Amino acid sequence: MIEIVETGPFNTVQDLGRPGYRDIGVSASGAMDPLAVKIGNILVGNAEGAATLEIQTFPFRLIFKRRSAFVVSGTDGNPLLDGIELLPWCAYNAEVGQVLELKQPPKLARAYVAIGGGVDVPCIMGSRSTSLRGNFGGNAGRPLEKGDRIAVGEEAGILPIPASGLGVVEPAVALLEFFPRSADGSLLIRALPAGEHKLFVGDGEAFWSQTWRISSRSDRTGYRLSGDPVVPMEIVEMRSHGVVPGVIQVPPGGEPIVQMSDANTAGGYPKIVGVIECDLWRLGQARIGTRLQFVRSSYAEARAIEQAVASYIEDVRRTSGQIKRALKAMA
Amino acid sequence: MIAPSNGHALQREILSSTKARARVSSIGSRSFLLEAPGDFDLAAQRRIWALSQTVKGWPDIAEIIPGMTNLLAILKETPEDPDVVVDRLLEAWDSALSIDLKGKTIEIPVHYGGQHATDLPALCDLSGLSDRDVVRIHHEATYRVFALGSAPGFGYLHGLDPRIYMPRKTVPSLRMEKGCVTIGGMQTGVAMLTGPNGWNSIGFAEMQMFDPTSASPAMMAPGDTVRFLPARIEL
Repeated sequence: MIEIVETGPFNTVQDLGRPGYRDIGVSASGAMDPLAVKIGNILVGNAEGAATLEIQTFPFRLIFKRRSAFVVSGTDGNPLLDGIELLPWCAYNAEVGQVLELKQPPKLARAYVAIGGGVDVPCIMGSRSTSLRGNFGGNAGRPLEKGDRIAVGEEAGILPIPASGLGVVEPAVALLEFFPRSADGSLLIRALPAGEHKLFVGDGEAFWSQTWRISSRSDRTGYRLSGDPVVPMEIVEMRSHGVVPGVIQVPPGGEPIVQMSDANTAGGYPKIVGVIECDLWRLGQARIGTRLQFVRSSYAEARAIEQAVASYIEDVRRTSGQIKRALKAMA
Repeated sequence: MIAPSNGHALQREILSSTKARARVSSIGSRSFLLEAPGDFDLAAQRRIWALSQTVKGWPDIAEIIPGMTNLLAILKETPEDPDVVVDRLLEAWDSALSIDLKGKTIEIPVHYGGQHATDLPALCDLSGLSDRDVVRIHHEATYRVFALGSAPGFGYLHGLDPRIYMPRKTVPSLRMEKGCVTIGGMQTGVAMLTGPNGWNSIGFAEMQMFDPTSASPAMMAPGDTVRFLPARIEL
């Protein structure tokens, strides 16, 4: 059991989402940074898809009502346990009554709290993620509030965590060669042309060449991009069709919208590109105001990045298991 | 097969046996959208239903989202060669026979007019019909659920009488109540969530049509027949 002591708006319970129900209009939801959820869960000995807390407004504080292993992942900010600074991406043990505090991260958007045993809210349609739009899932279908007491599952792993913590090299560093930054510091997001790309003049030149900014009208459903509007050469009447996170649609005003984790299941605006899935977690960590540039990708590149991420996750799983087993043997 | 015109390999089209050309495009690296050619009608949708049944059985498919005369196929993994996926989808479309899903019949009691019928006057102006005629035309028709989407359990209903077609609003209503009976272009449906909505409301239905805790959360399914029963008419 944990209790929420302080929270901003729109912090929710999220796991890896509930894909598979979009054919009945249910958004997949799930963490905006699924890589952080997987790594956090592995470090505390959970299945990689266990439910976590997604914290996107700060400060946030919770109190542990039971001795628990925990990790704060995804973020570049240092969590505080009873006021003592700890490292992100690092598993620790919390004693009963200790308070975990998260302050506004320096640069990134979202922090994930993974707890040994996982956040134990009812599993609805295969997931514990909060559907804010549908008002179901997660913690009673709504954001976390001060005073919420939330159950935590039984810890599966009895393997110990060293007193000094058990950390990983975070993915942005470990996988630097696969997730490059531009010279001017803007985020490079890889994408493939989508259905209506050819309706934009000069092969979408204006879209690909400019630096976009994530507008303040952005949330878990989608990010609006500010910049010089891009408009198709002709107006096409699209029939409503399925969409997935990463699709970039261009409504009549010419300001592109990137659909994110709470993406609607259907859409009809012209689609200029689709962000490759393995770059979505980086968008999920990009704050309002972040400058973005889109880079034309390929299937081969997408596969290479996916394989690199998969082997990084596997490496974390194997190594953390080895360390815990060694500690247990020494104990 | 027609060669790609713009250098993008996924923009290919194919001539099917019915001389109709389907189009396949992609979203990201593992989602592929097949759009049926021709009119927005039951014949095209029946072939989409058939295509859906075929594609759903492919071992590399994670999920499918049937839309309005189109189908989004989401693969489990990014394919090595997207052209192979495009070809498979086009071949499957080409050999998809029209099927008619049996479906069930759903009768939805509607309170026509009244406080929720915020767009009924505008529809009367547009159509030149009286409010009584608009309501009668709406509830006398028989509708088919073409697909679900946009909101949990929301069914896009086909079969609206062309006399009461009404374009979606350019500026959506900011807060339309769940349960509003609405018209969007040539489609009708019942709003499943309270919130912004660009469709035009002419009445209200109390019936609950989505329960996330149920084994089958959505009441409607593609192929179902829907009739609106005028429980009350308040004009």
